[in-house]
Amino acid sequence: MALTQADVLAGLKEIVEEVAGIPATSIELDKNFSDDLEVDSLSMVEVVVASEERFGVKIPDDQVTELKTVGDAVNFIVKASA
Amino acid sequence: MSAQRRVVVTGLGATTPIGGDAPSTWAALLAGKSGVRTLTEDWANTIPVNFAARVAVDPSEVMERVELRKLDRSEAFALIASREAWKDAGSPEIDNERLGVVIASGIGGVTTMLDQYDILKEKGARSVSPYTVPMLMPNGPAAHVGLEFKARAGVHTPVSACASGAEAIGYALEMIRNNRADVIISGGVEAAIHALPMAGFAAMKALSTRSDAPERASRPYDIDRDGFVLGEGGGVLILEEYEHAKARGAKIYCEIAGQGLTSDGFHIAAPDPEGIGVQRAIKIALADAGISTKDVVHLNAHATSTPAGDVAEANALRLALGADADHVAVSATKSMTGHLLGGAGAIESVFLVKAIQDRLAPPTINIENLDPAVTVDVVRDKPRTLPAGDIAALNDSFGFGGHNVVLVFKSVN
Repeated sequence: MALTQADVLAGLKEIVEEVAGIPATSIELDKNFSDDLEVDSLSMVEVVVASEERFGVKIPDDQVTELKTVGDAVNFIVKASA
Repeated sequence: MSAQRRVVVTGLGATTPIGGDAPSTWAALLAGKSGVRTLTEDWANTIPVNFAARVAVDPSEVMERVELRKLDRSEAFALIASREAWKDAGSPEIDNERLGVVIASGIGGVTTMLDQYDILKEKGARSVSPYTVPMLMPNGPAAHVGLEFKARAGVHTPVSACASGAEAIGYALEMIRNNRADVIISGGVEAAIHALPMAGFAAMKALSTRSDAPERASRPYDIDRDGFVLGEGGGVLILEEYEHAKARGAKIYCEIAGQGLTSDGFHIAAPDPEGIGVQRAIKIALADAGISTKDVVHLNAHATSTPAGDVAEANALRLALGADADHVAVSATKSMTGHLLGGAGAIESVFLVKAIQDRLAPPTINIENLDPAVTVDVVRDKPRTLPAGDIAALNDSFGFGGHNVVLVFKSVN
C-alpha cells in the first residue's frame, strides 16, 4: 500500500532527529539536508538505510545524491512504496 | 646552538574508574578507593572473568546522544579528558599551527569493530554504520580531539600496547622540544571492556580471576596476586613550552623533563625477568632530564598485579636506582583504577603531576602480604608525604611487545 506524504514526512523527521539531532519541529519539506540540517554525507547514509528499513523501500545509491531536500526524499519514498 | 626548549604541564584532565574528572579521581586515589566492580552485562558470565573497572561517570552523562553515536567509547573518553584539560589550562588562545595532539590507544575502537561485526552478521552489509571506520581506527581519539581544537601542528597516535599512553606524552615532549609546536594535548585512552578482549587476556592467564572479591583483585606486590584487572578511561595533559606558558601567565604544575625509551627483544608478551630494558630506560630518562637517582623521590610503577611482571619491574627499579631506591616512594595505582592499557601511562602521569603538586604519593591498596621478592619501598594503604623543595618523580610503563617507556617529571620553582 502506498504511503502518504504525511506518513513519510513524520517518519523521516524522527529518523533525522535520531541521526543528526535536529529537532523534528525544524525539519520541513523545503529544507536541504546538507545546507540546512547539517546532515553530512556519512549521516545521509544512515538516514537512507534507516528509511529503507522503516518504509520498506529500496533507495539505490545512485539516487541518493538526487535527494537534496527533505521533500525530494519524501517524494521518492512515496513513489517507491506505490 | 640555543638551549633546549623546556616543557611544562599546564592542564590536566581524566575520566577513570574512580572519578569523572582529574580532581575527583585524585581525591579517590588518595582515599584508596577501588573502581573495580562485577560486570552486569549478559556476556560477563560467558567468559572466565566477570569483573572489570568501568569509568565512574559514563560518557552518556556528560555528552549529547547525537555526538556520542558517531564516537567510539575511546574517542568519547579522549574528548571528555581533553575538554577538561584544555579548560584547566585556561583555554589558551594560541596559533593553531603551533598546537598539536598526541593521544594514544592500545587497542583502538575494538568495541565498535565487534559491535558492527555483529550487525554485519545479523542484518547485512547495508546496515553497517558509515562511521565504523572513523570509530574503530586507533588514531580516532587523537583525530577527534584535533578536530575539536583545530590543532594543525600534527595529530599523532603512537601504539605500543600498555606503554602507549606514556609514549604519547613522550612524543609530545619531543614535538615541543623540536619546535614543531608550542602546546600539545597529549595522553592516552582505552575502551576495551568487551567479551572478546577479555577472553583473549584471560586465555593468556593475564587477568585476575578473583571474582568473589573484585575490589580486592588488583593487588600489585601482594604475594597472592593473580593477574591484572581490565580498566577503561583516559587521561590528558596539556604540555606547553615553558616560555610560552610564562608569557601567558599560565598555571604551571611542573616540568616534564625527560624520557627514556627502550625495547626488550625478549618475548612478545612476557617481561624480561632481568628487566635490562627497563633499567636502561630509567638511565636514559634520567640523563635526558639532567638529573640523578638522588633527585627521585617518587615513582608510579607499571605494576599491573601479574605474578611475573611486578617482581621483574621491582628488581629492575632496585638495580637502576641502587641505594637511592630507599628514598623513592613507589605507588601502584592500578590497585585502584585497574589497568587502562593504552590509557594507563596517561592517567598515571596525571597522578604524578598531582603528587608533585600536593607532595603526596598515592597509596597502593590490597597488599595483605607483601611479596618478599619486592625490594622497593611500596606506599601501602595511605598516602605518604613527599619532601619539600626540588623533587623529581618517574612514571614507567611497559607494553606487550617489549616496549619500555620512562617519563621524568620535576617540580618547577
